[in-house]
Amino acid sequence: MTISLLLHALEQGLIFGIMVLGVFITYKILDFPDLTVDGSFPLGAAVVAKIIFSGGDPLWGTFLAIIAGSLAGIITGLLHTKLKLTNLLSGILTMTLLYSINLRIMGKPNIPLLGKETLLEEIKIHFPNISMNYLIPFFFLFLVIILKFILDLFFSTEIGLAIIATGDNEQMIRSLGTNTDMTKIIGLCLSNALVALSGAFFAQYSGFADVNMGLGTVVAGLASVIIGISIIRVPTIFWRTIAVVIGSLIYRFIMIIALRYGYRLGFKPGDLKLISVLLVVIALSIPIIKHKIDFITSFSLGRKDLQNNQEKEV
Amino acid sequence: MLVIKGLTKYFAKNTPHEVLAINNFNLRVKKGDFITIIGSNGAGKSTLLNLIAGTLQPDQGEIRLDGKIITYQPEYQRARWIGRVFQNPLLGTAPYMSIEENLALSLKRKRRGLKLGLNKYLRKYFRSKLSELELGLEKDLTKKVGLLSGGQRQAMTMMMATMFKPKILLLDEHTAALDPESSKKIMKITKELVAERKGDLITLMVTHNMKQALEVGNRTVMMDRGYNIFDIQGEERKKIDINYLLNQFSKLRKQEYIEDRMVLG
Repeated sequence: MTISLLLHALEQGLIFGIMVLGVFITYKILDFPDLTVDGSFPLGAAVVAKIIFSGGDPLWGTFLAIIAGSLAGIITGLLHTKLKLTNLLSGILTMTLLYSINLRIMGKPNIPLLGKETLLEEIKIHFPNISMNYLIPFFFLFLVIILKFILDLFFSTEIGLAIIATGDNEQMIRSLGTNTDMTKIIGLCLSNALVALSGAFFAQYSGFADVNMGLGTVVAGLASVIIGISIIRVPTIFWRTIAVVIGSLIYRFIMIIALRYGYRLGFKPGDLKLISVLLVVIALSIPIIKHKIDFITSFSLGRKDLQNNQEKEV
Repeated sequence: MLVIKGLTKYFAKNTPHEVLAINNFNLRVKKGDFITIIGSNGAGKSTLLNLIAGTLQPDQGEIRLDGKIITYQPEYQRARWIGRVFQNPLLGTAPYMSIEENLALSLKRKRRGLKLGLNKYLRKYFRSKLSELELGLEKDLTKKVGLLSGGQRQAMTMMMATMFKPKILLLDEHTAALDPESSKKIMKITKELVAERKGDLITLMVTHNMKQALEVGNRTVMMDRGYNIFDIQGEERKKIDINYLLNQFSKLRKQEYIEDRMVLG
């Protein structure tokens, strides 16, 4: 294993970490499995690629990508709250319509950005002394940490607490004077803005935007969230935002290893999605299997306390 | 003053399963009234509270609070004046949030902004309030509510429903799901918190406990099939006892039995 492989996993893990923070907001905080993500990730990439390709300012393009992502989240939110569609269906509809929108924005299925003036190129010019190998991961680390702290702060405000409560006990927070339609829409908006930002950076990092690049974003996001939260089990927002980014790093690391060395086990590149789904299933089933094992062994050990241990996970 | 006029609510309207839950219901409640509501299952007690709170919308009739019509106002707007405690202790609090977060959410019921939800003044206030409950909840404000017992959670919900000085307090069999000891404790807290408001609050309490219905509050309403069939207060209320109420119930049951016989031939 080489250093460059690790750096690669670090860079990608951090870029996708922004997306994972978004998925964390919907999946864990709002309790809303949001499939919009599969469309808003390439949406961010499409917007920024289009603007950079036509000679625009990449910073401006990245900003517009965030706006586009939040609009996508608002559409899903309106479908769910105003038209009363289920959360899954609302996400599927927005994701599907975004496919057409993304094609419209780009005008073609793929826009190459190699040799174009991206945000990362601009940063390189500002710091000519630092090697590219370290500059990029540092930049993204810095960005993710800032975003993490903004989220921490947001979720300790009045609105933020109301959003958490919406995912926790909707009936209760409505009877405490909160319009839960609004809190859901704000949460979805914020989440998809982060996902689109992640897509915008991934396009600039990898040097292209492709209309199909969003495929499997949800699963990658879920896998990262679940892995992260099952490793760091402190149930506060402060630790959870750290946990999910670490989850993202681990997920990317596994993916890169699978891509690099998987052929020895007979894996093909097309098997990656299968592997990521397996990761989700394994990560989700670990607590249940662990509980079963505890339960069975408790009989042979005569441990009453374990038999009654209905694991209360708060 | 809370005035309910001609309130009517159907469930599954215009279907073969149509149910008339509230039938031309009238009630005038003065400030300071503490009304206990009794009635058999399906009498419409909980539906009535849901209509007042805005969880459900009526088909006919109107609800006025201090002269203002609030019949179709959304639930989250009415929450500024209405505190609620449900039968299920799990409904009134958010389990994955801490004690202080739950209290903070219930204290501010107007438009929520980007101000920090908690600060040291609020924490100090919560600590002093919680210590009045004498349950030791003030020791760790960051404890997740899901780790508390049903009685503790219900006591917290009671506190959350009154702390913000509402105009109306709706209690829906709020002691029914608790063990006798906790139930007694919650009733004691209820009386204390209502007394604290010195006649400035309207309280509606649904209960299945006949003894409680006559002991607590100053007025008793009996509901049957969505009607307000029985409404007593003052001297008249002091004269009657549990047996009287039970007789009323059995009379209703007999009538129902006769009607059933008529239908079934």
